[in-house]
Amino acid sequence: MGNPLVEAAYLIAAVCFVLSLMWMSHPSTSRRGVWVGEAGMVLAIVGTLLLKQVVDYKLIGAALLLGSAIGVPLAYLMPMTAIPQRTALSHSLGALAVALIGVVEMTKLAAAGAPLSFASVALAFEMLLGFLTCTASVLAFAKLQELVTTRPMVFPGQKLVNLAVFVTAVGLAAALALHPQSGALLIGFVGLAAVFGVLLVAPIGGADMPTVIALLNAYAGLAASAMGFALSNKLLIITGALDGASGFILAVIMCKAMNRSFANVMFGGFGQVAAGAEGGGEARPVRSASQEDAALMLENSTSVVIVPGYGMAVAQAQHKVSELYQALSGKGVDVRFAIHPVAGRMPGHMNVLLAEANVPYEKLIEMDEINGDLATTDVALIIGANDVVNPAARDDPKSAIAGMPIIEVDKAKAVMVIKRSMKPGFAGIENELYYLDKTHMLFGDAKDFVAGMVKELAGAKAGH
Amino acid sequence: MPTAFDPDLLAVFVLAAFLGFQLIKRVSSLLHSPLMSLTNAIAAVAVVGAIIILGEEHGGPLAKVLGFVAVTAATVNLVSGFLITDRMLKMFKKGPK
Repeated sequence: MGNPLVEAAYLIAAVCFVLSLMWMSHPSTSRRGVWVGEAGMVLAIVGTLLLKQVVDYKLIGAALLLGSAIGVPLAYLMPMTAIPQRTALSHSLGALAVALIGVVEMTKLAAAGAPLSFASVALAFEMLLGFLTCTASVLAFAKLQELVTTRPMVFPGQKLVNLAVFVTAVGLAAALALHPQSGALLIGFVGLAAVFGVLLVAPIGGADMPTVIALLNAYAGLAASAMGFALSNKLLIITGALDGASGFILAVIMCKAMNRSFANVMFGGFGQVAAGAEGGGEARPVRSASQEDAALMLENSTSVVIVPGYGMAVAQAQHKVSELYQALSGKGVDVRFAIHPVAGRMPGHMNVLLAEANVPYEKLIEMDEINGDLATTDVALIIGANDVVNPAARDDPKSAIAGMPIIEVDKAKAVMVIKRSMKPGFAGIENELYYLDKTHMLFGDAKDFVAGMVKELAGAKAGH
Repeated sequence: MPTAFDPDLLAVFVLAAFLGFQLIKRVSSLLHSPLMSLTNAIAAVAVVGAIIILGEEHGGPLAKVLGFVAVTAATVNLVSGFLITDRMLKMFKKGPK
């Protein structure tokens, strides 16, 4: 092994990263987690610069400066509603870095005339995961930013084509591991891995993005681990394993929250079929309420549970929702928020938006915890959520979302739903909730409607 | 680079993955978004591998160009990742009691 000073720096850095994740468990210690993570990163970089084969400080300094010059504004200018996009973008950058390192290391192996070795296999694996994660994340970014359609992109024979591309890419990876010298193999392999990444994400719709982002996170981690194996670098192996474990656990949580399997998310083309099936259908009567009526009902209740969904983020309504929370809390109403694990476009999306709007975090309650309290809740107010409160998931075994755990708002004494129109949600599934006797539909833009209610609450002098 | 499989490395990987599962399981679902940006930033430690490539004296033009892109990309991730995680976490406040 090399320089003992560097080895020590790497070991301490690994410990820092473990502590960082440990302190991330709770909001009260989480910022400490960031600081110790930063310390670990500085140690790892300084340690590497001490290696005697690292001599070209000018180029390294320039790249570090350039990266920081891009990274700092990216971190401060990015609006919180764009967090899912930023995450996808950073997965692609991280995977790109790992994949490019793989290419260089592979050409070094080739130049040394090395035959098949453990390193060449690990490098092939690293590049495969790296390039496919990179292009997959770019497409995920484009979908989240709505540069391309958020609907699943499907074509006949898609699964077969995907399988063929994947098998060929793996085949080329194996061939490359055997013959690291072949430039043509390398280029063909890189191209196919990149194409496969695009094919992988193409059939996935917007509502499945939380799972996909988590899965890409896991792939990026595994790619970094593979690099660690190729370079015999334990720090990279450990960090990649931590990152991979994190992405994998989040993906499992997301899948469970939709009662779907990985396979179904990745190959389902969800939202495509159902949308066609439920398109028409006669208009059924619903009860609607005005801003004034809704404000009055909320004001006269003891407990209110607000269920936010992606629609709240789209309408940028989180600040108005927070004002509604403040106004009602000021009048002695107990207001809490029910957060479904897949609400939004990435794990924890709603929590970040509401925290930004100054809602205290102890008011943000997980689905499992809040469901027991809904029967004693006066009003459940749904803002921009649909499928996650659809009772059909629980009651109708034939529904496309059957078995998906939901926030059981239909158990509350009254339900209010802010919605633009009666159009079905992402999955294209009718929601019986809207036709219940205790449900009031509040038609309008989420932000405008909530703002209207806040105004009513401020205007109504006679509180209770 | 290693030519043969080193079981020690596999042991490190398995133990780290196990530790990762235990740690991540305990993270409150409140913080899943910042968790993802934090692990992203930490994974940018891959910059270490990129620095070695870029810093070598006798690297060819391919190594220099790709190494430069890799160091830059990883640096963007680690800088923006840590900063935005902290920016998010700062927003999580306890209500007045």
